[in-house]
Amino acid sequence: MADEEIAVTRLPGFGKAMNLGSPQTRELGVETVEVGIDTATLRIPYKPEMVGDVESGVIAGGVVTTLLDHACGQAVMAALGQPTTIATLDLRIDYMRPAEPHQPLYAHAHCYKLGRSVAFVRATAYERTTDDPVATAQAAFMLNSSSARPRGT
Amino acid sequence: MSESTAADVLAAIAGVPYARFLGLRLELAGDEMTAVLPFQQSLIGNPVLPAIHGGVLGAMMEMTALAQIAVARHAAGDGGKLAKPIDVTVEYLRSGRPVDTYARATLKRMGRRIANVHVEAWQQSRSAPIAALHGHFLLPHDG
Repeated sequence: MADEEIAVTRLPGFGKAMNLGSPQTRELGVETVEVGIDTATLRIPYKPEMVGDVESGVIAGGVVTTLLDHACGQAVMAALGQPTTIATLDLRIDYMRPAEPHQPLYAHAHCYKLGRSVAFVRATAYERTTDDPVATAQAAFMLNSSSARPRGT
Repeated sequence: MSESTAADVLAAIAGVPYARFLGLRLELAGDEMTAVLPFQQSLIGNPVLPAIHGGVLGAMMEMTALAQIAVARHAAGDGGKLAKPIDVTVEYLRSGRPVDTYARATLKRMGRRIANVHVEAWQQSRSAPIAALHGHFLLPHDG
């Protein structure tokens, strides 16, 4: 709990700013529910336009991809403690089971290694508990991406 | 007595709510399928650059893989339900600029139960891909 308070004072409100600043996540309704010293927990509501299988009402894998990618990015920001540009290098997602229809989906991400140039993150998507995951993710991010990789190259 | 065509299969996939949300189009030329994601502001993930959200590019390539599997299964006389992603690895090569994005999938192996698929997405030039996806997909059983 103490860790969270430290993180929040280090970079207050960045999760909300990232969710609302990105048109895609604003459109999807992504919310940050908790930020730790090197973790972030995000929630996405169930919306009809997210459905990937009309028969079952299960949301598309792509929605889970976006949620996990975004959660991983915020865990990196939390660990950095200062606003900087980051870029996803790669993102691996394992899909364990379909997400339950009509339920909000959560993603908990942990930036377990923060290097000078690269950060490594693990994340889990779930409805109730991380012990019963919909999907898990593993990602690597480049830090200070805009200075290291100029726009348009 | 309506025999479905490969184009019908693709129209059904592009009609899925999430594909419509993205604005994804699936275009068939002979046996070659190209997915087209027309740019719209709502796809942006980083408003500063600006760049298309990485999740959107992953989602687009995943749909491209599913569509290519469906086309191949249709050609083989299998039909019906969509494959399910088991795992995907997305590599981000360049930032997705605020322009249209294209993707094509290659079926590296279609087994009885599992398909291995590679997808590449590009914008101005196919020789400068912006992202790639490698994934395994579980093929549906047709009863």
